[in-house]
Formats: sequence, C-alpha cells, structure tokens
Amino acid sequence: MSNFATSMGIVLAMAAVTAFTRYAPFIFFGRGKEPAKWIKYLGKLLPPALMSVLIIYCISSVDFIGGSHGIPEIICIAIAMALHAWKGNVLLSIGVSTVLYMVLVQTIFV
Amino acid sequence: MGNLFNILKKSFRYTLPVLFGYIPLGFAFGILLASKGYGPEWAFFMSVIIFSGTGQYLIVSFLAAGASIPHVILMTFLLHFRYFFYGLSMIDKYHKIGKSKWYMIFGLTDETYAILSTETPPKDISRGAFYTAVTFMNHCYWIIGSTLGAIVGNILPFNTKGIEFVMTALFAVLVVEQWKAHKNHIPALIGFVIPIISLVILGSEHFLIPALLAVSVILMCMRPIFEKEERL
Repeated sequence: MSNFATSMGIVLAMAAVTAFTRYAPFIFFGRGKEPAKWIKYLGKLLPPALMSVLIIYCISSVDFIGGSHGIPEIICIAIAMALHAWKGNVLLSIGVSTVLYMVLVQTIFV
Repeated sequence: MGNLFNILKKSFRYTLPVLFGYIPLGFAFGILLASKGYGPEWAFFMSVIIFSGTGQYLIVSFLAAGASIPHVILMTFLLHFRYFFYGLSMIDKYHKIGKSKWYMIFGLTDETYAILSTETPPKDISRGAFYTAVTFMNHCYWIIGSTLGAIVGNILPFNTKGIEFVMTALFAVLVVEQWKAHKNHIPALIGFVIPIISLVILGSEHFLIPALLAVSVILMCMRPIFEKEERL
C-alpha cells in the first residue's frame, strides 16, 4: 500500500490518461476527418502484442529458478487459456483458474 | 421521472450480459484492492473516475509498488490506446445527440462499446437516451461490484493469498480473445518473445518500458510487410 498522496497521484494519472484516450477522437477528429495511416496500423496490431506483453508483466516477479519455479502460474495460465479457447466464457476462465491458483499457493506450493 | 424510468427499464435487458460480467469482475477487483490495504472508498472513487476493468486491475500492481507517475501514464496510454479506436468508430453514431454525448464518451468501455456498436435502440426511445441509459447502467454495475468487493475483502478475514492471479487470468483471457480476433499472430508472438528477452537481461524492475518500446518499434518496422500482405 502506498501513502495517500502517491495513491491519489497514481489514480488521478490513470483517470486522466484513460479519459484522454476516450475523448481524443472526438476532440481531434470530427466527422470525415481520419487519423494518419500509421496510427490506424498501430491501433490494429498493438492490442494483440500488448496483451502478450502484459501476461509476461503479470508473471515477471515470479521466481522461476528457486521457490515453486513458477509451476502454479504456468499451470493456471494454461488452464485459463485452454478454458477460454474452448468455452469462451470470461467468468468461467478467470474464476476457475484464480480459485485453483489460490488453492495451489495456499496448500501445495506454500 | 416516469419517462426516465421507462427508458431505464427498456434499456435494461441490453445491459444484462454486462451486469453478469461487471458485478463479479468488479467484485474480484474490490477484493484484490482490499488485499493491498485499500478500503471501499478507494474502490468506489476509482470505479467512478477511471471506469476501466483492465486499467483498474493493473492499477492495483502500481499502487502496491508505488509506481512513478510517468510509468503509470505510459502504461495506461498503451493499454487504453484501443479506446481511441472505439471512439473513432462512434463519431457518427454520437453525432448530434446532445450534451449527454460527453458522458457516453467517458464511459466507452470494451463492453459498452460492444453493446452500442451492435444494438439498435428500442422503437420508442431516442438514440441519445438509449446510449446514455446503457452507459450509465454499466457504470453503476461496475461501481457496485467493485465497492461490494472491497467491503467484503475488508471485513471477511478469509485467506486471500493468490487473489492477485485474477489479473493474470484476465490478461490470459484477453490474449486468447485477441488471438481469435486476428489472423496475423506475429504481433502476439512478438509480444511474448521481446519482454521475455528484456526480462532475462534487465530483470523484473526495469524490463517493461524497454520491452514496450521495442515491441512498438518492431511493429512499425514491419509495417511495409504487413500492409503489403494485407494480413491485417
């Protein structure tokens, strides 16, 4: 937990940037005005690349050499992905993998 | 007031899938936030002014680590770059529907976009009123879910060890959704490989920003190939 000022700064920064990404098209591009081609190109290719980066970010502090070697993380990510590829139900994929992860780190990989 | 109630009532059924998604996802966010020592007032405040699932899951790790503001700004910008394109495709739809437009733009989440870009309003309700009602109800579900989660997380002394995996699971799901939505899987693979290399070289504290910049630069360099092959 960060102190009040740091926390508030982080929250307000995220709120401001989020609002900016939502309002920008309406402020900078009216009807009929299109953004540059390279912006559209990045808009299509950045999201799939970024989701992959973020999953690595999520497990970046896991110790793969010592401790549990990242085994619970790898098992549960594989389950979340497999379930989602199979059923496509967001809540099911997240729910099952998270509960299993909590059980694993609280009982087996303590 | 009768009219307003009628609008909410008739728009409600369109928001049902979001209701069933936002309450539990918001609830999990609230518990996650509480596990880092933050009370329900923080969950409420964030859900009111940020209103983004991916952003708010990510912010918990920023708060826990006391991340620097430039780091937060860059990460949020890249993560929410997609909203820019949602907005772009809504410019015509939101044209001439009055001042409530500025609230709808604020509330343009992935799920709200999915409803508003595909559904047509019921016959006796104006487009503006329908869009506002859907956005507002979705916003409320998210606020209620996350605040309740933080309340429960703060009063129930259950062992929340491992709850932080909910963020990893969310991004795992998003990787699969992006994989299904795109024919070209090279960007997704670049997104895996580059940060792993960066992580091995630079370590977990410093790998992210260089990895993000490298991925962006590589994608820009590959633009002639991808646009030529029309594999977008």
